[in-house]
This record gives sequence, C-alpha cells and structure tokens, in this order.
Amino acid sequence: MLKTRIIPTLLWKNFGLVKGTNFDSWRRVGPVLPAIRVYNQREVDELILLDILAHLPDQYPDYEAVSDYGQDCFIPLTFGGGIRDSRQVGHLLRAGVDKVSINSAAHDDPSLIGKIAETYGTQCVVVSIDARQIGSKGWRAYSHAGQHDTGRDVVAWAQEMEARGAGELLITSIDRDGTFQGYDLPLIEAVAAAVSVPVIASGGAGSYQHMVEAVRQAGASAVAAASIFHFTELTPAGAKAAFEAAGIPVRRSFIDAD
Amino acid sequence: MIDVGVIDYGVGNLGSMLRALEELGSSPMLVTSPDGLAQGRRLILPGVGNFTDCMAKLRDGGWIPALHGAVTGHGVPLLGVCVGMQLLADHGDEGSEDSQGTPGLGFVPGRVQHLRTLGSTERMPHVGWNAIRRTGSPTPLLAGIPDGTDFYFVHSYAFTPQDKADEIASATCGIPFAAALQRDNIWGTQFHPEKSSRAGFRLLKNFLTAPQC
Repeated sequence: MLKTRIIPTLLWKNFGLVKGTNFDSWRRVGPVLPAIRVYNQREVDELILLDILAHLPDQYPDYEAVSDYGQDCFIPLTFGGGIRDSRQVGHLLRAGVDKVSINSAAHDDPSLIGKIAETYGTQCVVVSIDARQIGSKGWRAYSHAGQHDTGRDVVAWAQEMEARGAGELLITSIDRDGTFQGYDLPLIEAVAAAVSVPVIASGGAGSYQHMVEAVRQAGASAVAAASIFHFTELTPAGAKAAFEAAGIPVRRSFIDAD
Repeated sequence: MIDVGVIDYGVGNLGSMLRALEELGSSPMLVTSPDGLAQGRRLILPGVGNFTDCMAKLRDGGWIPALHGAVTGHGVPLLGVCVGMQLLADHGDEGSEDSQGTPGLGFVPGRVQHLRTLGSTERMPHVGWNAIRRTGSPTPLLAGIPDGTDFYFVHSYAFTPQDKADEIASATCGIPFAAALQRDNIWGTQFHPEKSSRAGFRLLKNFLTAPQC
C-alpha cells in the first residue's frame, strides 16, 4: 500500500533558508546544505526546496548550488523557483533534482506544463498553486511568491494543470502560511476532489493533528510543512508516529541487518 | 574495466545514481557512447519520462546493438531502473501511436501498459513509498531486504512479464504490479533504489555483488 508522505519544505533565499508568515516577514533559519544532510540522514520521505527569489526578472535556477544540494540527497528532491522553460528542467534533472515545482511560469504560459511533461514525463512536474481565500467565493491563485493575483480560480486552475500534464499539485494556503492554525482543509478538499493526481497539502500546519486532518478529512496524498519543523520541537518522525496512531499508513525506516 | 557503468543516453537524473554507487564503495562511470558498454563489468540503465522517447534516444544513439552484444552476448549483468526497467520489455504503450505499442529492447518478454489500463483506480501517477513483496524464487537482488520494505516509486505505467517467473517482487497500487524483475543476468526495478535511502543502498549493493553469470 502507498504510504502517506510527510515532506519538509525548505525555502531558500539568497544564501540561506528562511521562513515567513503569509508569504512575508521572512526569518532566517540557517544554511541549506546541513539541513538537507540532516533530513537525508533522518530518512524523511521527500524534500521540497523552493528558491523564493528566483521568480524575479533575470533570475534563473542556480544549477551549481542545486547540484551541491542534490548530490547528497538519496531521497526524492523537488526543486522550484525561476523555472521558465523545458531546457532548464533538463539541467535541473542532471543536477540531481527528481521533480520540478512550477508556479509563476505556468501562469505566464500554461502550455509550458505540457511541454515539460512530454519531454520528461508527468511524474517530474509538480505544479505549485498558492491560494488566497476570496470571501465565500472560493480561492484565487497567486503567482510570483504570493505577490501577484492571477485572477484564476484555484480549483479550475488545478484541473487545467492536471489536464496539461501536472503529475502532482502542491497546494499552499497563503492565508494559513506560517500561522500554525492548521491547513485550509476546505481548500485542500476542494482541489483533491476535483483532480485525480496526488495533492500535497501545504501552509499552516501547527500540530500533528493538523496533518492527520489534511489526510483524513481533506484527502491529501501528502503533507508539506516548514515552520512547524523549523520553529517547534515537532519532527517528521513525530508526525509519522501520529499518523500511525491514527491508522494512516507511513513508511518505516529500513535497517540493514548485515 | 570499470566496476559499474551508468548508461547516459540523454535522460534523467544520473547524479544521484552515481553518488549512491560511490557511497557503496564502487567506482561508477558514466557510459556516454555505445563503445563504452564493453568496459563495464555491470551496467545500469536508467530512464525517466516517456517509453517511446527513451527508445528513440537509444536507437538514435546506436545503443541497441551494443546493449544486446554486452547483455545477451557477453552476459554482463544489467539493472534497469524505472523506465529503464520498462525498456527491457517487448513493447510499451507510453507515447506510442501503434496499438501494439512501441518495440522495447525485448530482454524480458512482456508489455508495459498504463496502470489504469491494467485496472487501477488509484490517483495517478503512483508516487511515493510503497512496500514490495517477493513473488518468485530467491534472488540475490533482494538479499537482506524483508517483505514489506518500502521503496520510492514514481510512474504511471507498469510492466507485465509474459513469463510470471520473471517477476521477483510485486507492489500494489489498487492492483498488484511487477516491482522488480529478473531474467538470467538481467534485473529491473520499477522503483528508484538511488532515491530509496538505506533500502535502496542495500539493493544496489546486492546488484554490485551479485554473482556474474
């Protein structure tokens, strides 16, 4: 049976890792490479590394740095930030990345998703959707690290991205980001019900129970979290124990007996 | 001769595979031209993306006769990983405009089809950690790896071997499918050992130390 993944998200800005609230008020949380090594050592299920400045004009993915990070990562690594064309995806895969996360560039040119999926397979395309609730009218998708209102309805956009070849959707609530108030369950549920690709819940986890709810109530295939792992004593291993207690299947670490 | 050659025919994340093999104390090399295949004591065939595209790259690069020479001619152990395992088949549906599918390498008789075609109703792609179970006779590839061990999968197509005896392990995604294969000196894993942390290291170590035919 497929296990439910618990994925630490690492937000990378200039030379270090940061974490904010509502996509703002960034706090420094340390260097990138040691964090990746520690998570790799602790056998987390997967890692997401997002460069939150790479959407700016004239920025492109820092292949050299990504290569340093990817080489020692023996778990799946998703990289996002500044990816604008299919050729860049090829460079990133060569640099040790397994999947790419695309947000702003898909809004500029939705056909980019199909081009990447055709060349490298849908399995390596994670479309990241940053969502803000609009009163009772649902959610709107934001691009450029939450700066730009695209005017697109999140659920409709999620369906379009699936149709164009997204292999997974990373759904982040800007409203809940960094608040520890829990995932936006109606948002996750609305998207998960509308698509048949796996949905990763992101934004707002403040307790293990929040993660359980995202899976049980909202139908997420995986949960991502950043602040909770950076700023509290909670860990991916603790989240796994909570999942097991709730009857959600999790991956157990392998111990080589020889 | 080199310990293990990782075949670089223009697809995928080869860095992680090389680093994983180095961690195990071997000296892997990228094999970037068909002539180089004769240098490898063992070979790894990676693959990501689309079956038909991968076959086109192998064909255009002149790899196919050289692979046949090394693997079926000289009995060099080969491990196909993910789409690399699927390419071992007779035919694969992915990206094919032919109802019979695109011809594969034909090292392991069988066909690669979408998991939906095979009857799965789960979310696609099948992505994440899933447990494997032995289905065939004991194989050195799975030594020290108990049933129920989780490996990392990311795929939507699955390989159904014609001869059930070629399947050495299965996993379940709504329906059971082949997680690992062996036919003589040819192995394949649908999952990614290089991304499966310690369990993957153990499997790669088993491949590096498996007796040569």
